[in-house]
Amino acid sequence: MTRFLLPLVAFLVLVAFLLIGLNLNPREVPSPLIGKPAPDFQLEQLHEPEKMLTSKDNLGKVWLLNVWASWCVSCREEHPLLVELARSGIVPVYGLNYKDERDLALQWLRQFGDPYTVSIRDPEGRAGIDYGVYGVPETYVIDKNGVIRYKQIGPVTVEALETKILPLVKELQG
Amino acid sequence: MKKFTLLLVLMLVLPSSWAREAAPVAEDPEIERRMIRLSEDLRCLVCQNESLAGSRADFANDLRREIREQMKDNKSDKEITDFLVARYGEFVLYRPPVKPTTMLLWFGPFIFLAAGAVFLIFYLKRRRRRQIEEPALSEKQRQQAEALLKDGKGNNA
Repeated sequence: MTRFLLPLVAFLVLVAFLLIGLNLNPREVPSPLIGKPAPDFQLEQLHEPEKMLTSKDNLGKVWLLNVWASWCVSCREEHPLLVELARSGIVPVYGLNYKDERDLALQWLRQFGDPYTVSIRDPEGRAGIDYGVYGVPETYVIDKNGVIRYKQIGPVTVEALETKILPLVKELQG
Repeated sequence: MKKFTLLLVLMLVLPSSWAREAAPVAEDPEIERRMIRLSEDLRCLVCQNESLAGSRADFANDLRREIREQMKDNKSDKEITDFLVARYGEFVLYRPPVKPTTMLLWFGPFIFLAAGAVFLIFYLKRRRRRQIEEPALSEKQRQQAEALLKDGKGNNA
């Protein structure tokens, strides 16, 4: 009996491991930046290039930093949600226009709506490297002390917004 | 003929006027060699089974540029990998440091190898013991076989 039982058990163990492996998302690499101060930046604004925005300007409030680009297809997927979120006024959303051209970025916002309090430009992706960006879109929740508290890799979904981002924002604002 | 000559001249001249000179990969071949050596051990996060050295993703390009620049600033390899780990986590390292969370990764294969070896030894020992203990044929089987062989002789003749 054990002759058959043993291979069966071994097989089931293997199946269990493979099932767990299949359900993991390899793109979701935990960011080492969570719990650390948001990296400094000083970048020009998309709409008014003569004006700058620095990471220190938002100290004292909870804000979202959304990394987007006009070439990014999944950004279109999450965009209506961001527009809605911005309209609700719960939390300001700042945009980091990543490796994009200014004209295309502006046109994109005209076409799909502009949820951003301010968008800043990172045409060469240097701020992106500091923020550990590797898959646009990415969204960071940054608290009043300028510490990164959460990072959403890939598009913001209704589920992520309702179960993670909004409860966290409320807690941090409290 | 004139038309043909004109076409030929255009064919010869136009492509070369359109072509631009390839951008220099790096001014300093020594830095380039060092950069490639280092980035072979780093994972490209966009195409996760490729190294930073081998990937053609835009992301890998940017990081190679970053590494090159830091090398020009006389940063050591250790400082550069620390810089990347601080931003992307230890996932970028193809050779993660040995620590409690990576123990299984480093030593797991050896555990499986040892377990396989132990199983094999026990299996072979048991098989040999069985072979010694059990005669190949019982007395009755031997007689049957003998009878069959005799029969066979008769038939063949």
